[in-house]
Formats: sequence, structure tokens, C-alpha cells
Amino acid sequence: MLQNLAEMLSYPFMVRALTVGILLSLCAALLGVSLVLKRYSMIGDGLSHVGFGALAVASALHLAPLAVAIPTVIAAAFALLLLNESGKMKGDAAVAVFSTGALAIGVMVVSLSTGMNADLNSYLFGSILAMSKEDVALSAALSLTVLILYAFFYEKLFAVTFDESFARATGIRVGLYNALLAVLTAVVVVLGMRMMGALLISSLIVFPALTAMRLFKSYRGVILSSVALAAVSFLAGMFFSFWYGTPAGASIVVADVILFAVFSLLGRIVGR
Amino acid sequence: MSCLNCEHVSFAYENQTVVSDLSFRVEEGDYLCIIGENGTGKSTLMRGILGLKKPSSGTIALGEGIRQNQVGYVPQQTPVQRDFPASVWEVVLSGCINSRGWRPGFGEREKKLAKEKLALLGIEELKQKSFRELSGGQRQRVLLARSLCAAQKLILLDEPATGLDPVAAEEFYRLLLRLNRELKITVIMISHDIREALECADHILYLSHDSHFFGTADAFLESGPGRLFVEKIAAVRPRRD
Repeated sequence: MLQNLAEMLSYPFMVRALTVGILLSLCAALLGVSLVLKRYSMIGDGLSHVGFGALAVASALHLAPLAVAIPTVIAAAFALLLLNESGKMKGDAAVAVFSTGALAIGVMVVSLSTGMNADLNSYLFGSILAMSKEDVALSAALSLTVLILYAFFYEKLFAVTFDESFARATGIRVGLYNALLAVLTAVVVVLGMRMMGALLISSLIVFPALTAMRLFKSYRGVILSSVALAAVSFLAGMFFSFWYGTPAGASIVVADVILFAVFSLLGRIVGR
Repeated sequence: MSCLNCEHVSFAYENQTVVSDLSFRVEEGDYLCIIGENGTGKSTLMRGILGLKKPSSGTIALGEGIRQNQVGYVPQQTPVQRDFPASVWEVVLSGCINSRGWRPGFGEREKKLAKEKLALLGIEELKQKSFRELSGGQRQRVLLARSLCAAQKLILLDEPATGLDPVAAEEFYRLLLRLNRELKITVIMISHDIREALECADHILYLSHDSHFFGTADAFLESGPGRLFVEKIAAVRPRRD
């Protein structure tokens, strides 16, 4: 086993994938707690499809993928927030419209320009090989920024998530923190979808939070355990994927599902 | 000393006036109930007092020494809170957030304040409990404790007895009355519970589509709109029983 581990770490691409993956998993788990509690569980899924559409357009126009995808997805996240707050469209309906619409546009652009190529395929299902050195540096820097911002605004984000009306009344700029959440989520989704694939990235956001909530009853407990769960499921999935040659994204999600089942069971036993 | 002074205040949503030319004054230590039918602007007025909605005309001024973010607010509970994983301690402590500014975390001063408020409302033993496991009455006490962390003198409550059983509601009203009488905390409350409002409050603000009434609870019962309102309720009640 140790030998296997050493072998795994001897590949530079694996080290890159592990570094970025673990940082992104932690960010996604932190943001996920707020998003799940605010009833925005599907936002990650919607944004990843928008990301796919943006990447397809970037690839057709020979533009840098992340430079197109990150601003587009941030804009989509803002639009979803605004639509929801203005009450013009219900949140779940807006996500469904954005998600399927962007996916369809992406598929159209791809089929008209080049035909489905391996590169875009990897965006749908993810690939740990997709990470270039520059991507790693960018992802690591952005992930660290997310972690630092989250820690710095922890109390405010709690207040805004728990009770927007009260937070507003006590002078917290709720709109600002909602916008911060939207931007951070958009960044994490775009970076994460290269490894996890557009179809599975939202699992990094929702699973750790939902699993932690089965068992833990304080906010701090949920935050800390969801971060730990994210790390465990990511590493377990990656090792399994390396040894058995399964796709990394799907392996991680399966690990998430198993942890969720275990925690649900434990929650029932403890709750009785 | 006045705590809140509203002069000729009107509110409008997209040119639709919901409150027009309303004037009233709340003194320190007053207990004011805002009553009236749905759609007469009670919640809008409360948003105005909290500084979340600008009046379309007139002025709302808080008394000396009360900053806008030092108004304690007990909003209606939301569905999100019903299964929210947070301990009572975390919820109450979050009330101190207005004194932190940009600084992260909470200091000794805030922790001491939160402890005091838990003790004041007799919910110290709930400190480590999860908010989602509490009864309706306990939750309201926790939210009241949180509002007291944010405010020293003035608290606003939006239909706090909604969803409480009669006993819990009665207990909550008693607690509120005690805070008002013993600690001279000014209470402004939107209420549907007219009987309770007339019993506890010393002042009544009655909003309706065409007129307003502001005055003491006794004067309200003698006034035209007051009589009409009480008659209406009396006419509805027996049929329901």
C-alpha cells in the first residue's frame, strides 16, 4: 500500500491534481454549508452547466478557457441571485433555465465548430490530466483566497445565512455577503469542474454539508466536519481511482455517497 | 426622553401608497403595540424604523444615543431556521455582531454580554442545545436574547407569538412585559393578539386603510376606530368557537 502511494506521488500530474483537488474540496465544502442552508443546493449544478457553455464558446473562438469561463459564471451567479431576490422567478426555476439553456448552447457551439472533441468531453466528465502548471497556480491561489475570506467573514456569513432580516437590521450589508458567496461559488465551480466534470462538480458543494448535518448540531461542528469529510472523500476517491483506473470525479462522488449513508445511519442511532 | 419620533411619514411601493402621513412618538420605557388588518403597512413601517426602507416623505428619527444598528429586532421565524444546525450560543452571540465592525471573531466583552442575556431570559441551560431542537417558545426566547445583545434600549418585534401555543405565547408576553417594566426597555411590537396588546401595551398604534389612531391603550378603546375594531373582532370570534 505504501508502495502504491509512493508510486502515485511519483507522477507530477498526480501531485498537481491532489494539491489543487484538496484545496478546491475544502472551499466547496465551506461554501456548500451556506448554500445548502440558504436552499441554493442546485446553484453549483446550474453554474457548472453555464461553465460548460462558456468553455465551449471559448474553445470555438480559440480564447483562453478560464479567462472566458470565470467572468461568465460569475455573471450567471449574480443573475441567479438577483432574479431570486427580486422575486421575478423562483430560484429553482431560474437555475433550471440557466443550466439547460447554457448546456444546449455549449453543445450547439461545439457541434457547429469542431465536433465533440476530447477536450470538451473532459469538461463534462472531468479529467485530472486537464490541469496545466498555470492552472494549478491559479487554482491554488484562488482556493487560498476563498479559504482566507471565509475565515475572515465567518461570523458575518453565519449571521447572513441564519437570518437575513436580523442581519440587515444590525447594519450588516447582506447584499455584499450574498454577492461574495456568489463570486466565490462561481470561482470554485469553474476551477473544480475541470477535475470533477460539469456533471459532478456540484457534489463537492452539497455532499459534505449535507453529510455533516446528519450528525452535527452546531454551526461550527457542521463547518469543521464538512471540511474534514470533503478531504476524506476526495483522498479516498483519488486513491481508488488511481488503483482501479476509474474516473476521479465519479470515484469521489461515490465516496461521498458512502459517507452520507454512514452519517445518516449514525445520526439516526444518536438521535434516538 | 423620546426614543423614536415619526413625523408625517408616508411609505409607497412603486407609487402605491401603503402608509400616509403618520405621526407618532415613542418615549423611553414605552410599550407600543402596532395593530391593524393585513396590508395596512405594519411591516413596512417596521422596516422603516429599522432603516431598511426609506419613507417616501416625512422623517423617522431615533432618540439620542441609539444608533441605527442598535435597534434590537426579533423578526418572524423563517423556514430556513427550522432545521438550521446552530447552537443556542452561536445564535445569541451573533447578536453582538454590530459592535465588531470589520473585525472577525468575538471578544470577551461580547461573550460576557451574550452570557448575561442568556441568564436574563432564563435559558442558560439551553446554551449548548441545537436551535432546531427547541420548542417554539424557547426559540423565541433565544431570538429575543440575540436582539438584546444588539440593543440596549429599544426592541422591535414582528408578531412574536405566531405559531406558539397559547401557554408559550402567554409566557413570552410576560417575559416581554418584565423586560419593559423592570429594565425600562422600550418595546415596539406588531401584534395580531388584540386582547394581549390592550393588556400589556401602554400605547396603541392602529393602522387601517383610511385612518390611523395613536394614543394610550385606554384612549384606543374609547376612540371611534378602536370601538369599531373591537366590535369587528367580537363579531368574528363567537362564530369560530
